[in-house]
Amino acid sequence: MHAESIRSLAARLAKRELSSVELTRAHLARIARFNASLNAFITVDAEKSLAMARAADDRIAGGAAGPLTGIPIAHKDLFCAKGWPTTCGSKMLANYVSPYDAHVLERFGRAGAVLLGKTNMDEFAMGSSNENSFFGAVKNPWDERAVPGGSSGGSAAAVAARLAPAATGTDTGGSIRQPASFTGVCGLRPTYGRVSRYGMVAFASSLDQGGVVARSAEDLALLLGVMAGFDERDSTSIDRPVDDYVAALARGAKGLRIGLPREYFGAELAADVAKPILAAIDELKKLGATTVEVSLPNQHLSVPVYYVVASAEASANLSRYDGVRYGHRAEGYRDLTEMYCRTRAEGFGAEVKRRILIGTYVLSHGYYDAYYLQAQRVRRLIARDFSDAFKRCDLIAGPAAPSVAFDLGAKTADPVQMYLQDIYTIPINLAGLPGLAIPCGFGDRGRPVGLQIVGNYFDETRMLAAAHAYQQVTDWHTRVPPGFE
Amino acid sequence: MLSPEEVRRIARLARIELADHEIEHLRGELNAILALVDEMQAVDTNGIEPMAHPQDARQRLREDVVTDRDQRALYQSVAPATEDGLYLVPKVIE
Repeated sequence: MHAESIRSLAARLAKRELSSVELTRAHLARIARFNASLNAFITVDAEKSLAMARAADDRIAGGAAGPLTGIPIAHKDLFCAKGWPTTCGSKMLANYVSPYDAHVLERFGRAGAVLLGKTNMDEFAMGSSNENSFFGAVKNPWDERAVPGGSSGGSAAAVAARLAPAATGTDTGGSIRQPASFTGVCGLRPTYGRVSRYGMVAFASSLDQGGVVARSAEDLALLLGVMAGFDERDSTSIDRPVDDYVAALARGAKGLRIGLPREYFGAELAADVAKPILAAIDELKKLGATTVEVSLPNQHLSVPVYYVVASAEASANLSRYDGVRYGHRAEGYRDLTEMYCRTRAEGFGAEVKRRILIGTYVLSHGYYDAYYLQAQRVRRLIARDFSDAFKRCDLIAGPAAPSVAFDLGAKTADPVQMYLQDIYTIPINLAGLPGLAIPCGFGDRGRPVGLQIVGNYFDETRMLAAAHAYQQVTDWHTRVPPGFE
Repeated sequence: MLSPEEVRRIARLARIELADHEIEHLRGELNAILALVDEMQAVDTNGIEPMAHPQDARQRLREDVVTDRDQRALYQSVAPATEDGLYLVPKVIE
């Protein structure tokens, strides 16, 4: 049953051919078997999950089942879940048990989903390899020498290894799409404002967006329908009706104009990635789509702009970790300032410190205009490139990452090299657009390649319909890493 | 290029304690990141409005009324040190 789609599992649960307790047990058993090597989960609590599964079975028996009732779903460990540890991959929150549920958790709870566990991640979602976790690196199920990508690396590895039918993630600069691409699964980052950030531990608030990793576009559509919606507790949540993403899948790819940004096929793109991406685009053409070359001339400025904007926002957001209200507090200190400084020195890892320091610098007196304001201005130029491109096309397609998954340790010594992993995903976050990644083949050493599809604001339906059409005529999304069948 | 003194100053502003032996390595990393960032400095942005929100949405306002119930005990249950409903910190004023 670990190979079935959520759609099919939900149908079997509804017909009572399968119970949620059986389904949850089966996944817990796989986690018990494989997590020691993958390290995809930070917290598993079988008793709590099985209690939720029993409640789901009662609900099904009572005829009150929702679309996800009884389906076990894992959550990235930055979604607050009441009564569960919510560590954000950090020593700072290693002992934090959330007193409340994130909006996303409330919605999954109402839909009847079972919380299967909390997945590993780069500390405070800062990273592209999942090597920045206080709880250790996550391995890529396709090749345990490789990283799974990040920061939602635990979620992606869990879904790829069939330890969970789906897992939530967050995407601030590519943190859903890049790990999805590296592990051969499907990952969706919705439009900024579509999914509430309430109860999601904040990193960079103008870029953060919750989303999901699953095994097919159809499952992504089903899950987005549950997650999306207005929430007054998130000041940037958009009050706008939620589309019927599942119904819209039937629209297919016929007639869609797909823009291919020439900047996405330049010298940075590895040849073993380019080949399956171009083949996937040909497949979309066979399905009735047309292609048009577009240009995003300011795309090369995205990584510099991102490291100003995201670091600035992170330095402000992470100022809340002061050892007073929650989280780690240092042992020895002489006064309040020393308590803050020592608490933060001990509680944060190296990458988080780097970003807080950069953010503090670019916001400091005398540098604000030159860095932060300039970055916000260039951000608008980058967003305009997309609105110009979308005058000529319905969707944009290209690679999600410049290479296949790299080896563990290969880029940890050089933060800048690590940042350049995100050249194809960051522009989408800066513009606030929705994007998804779906598997479309394999590159060197049998490591997966993901096709990125970007839509205009709130146009998740067309992205998902195109991805679904592609998955009707290809089987990359059904491939299971060897050893995890 | 940040000097060692500037790195110390930023760390003080950020309330992160740094040991002397950490400064030089960190300085190299921060300068490499700032060198990457510098690429955007040459761009002519005259007349371009800074973009703070992807859809340029305005902040919503709500009525200034109580919308949450008192959950102090629950929220303080995760604090490092509390007493009588108050958070404990080292003495600030002698």
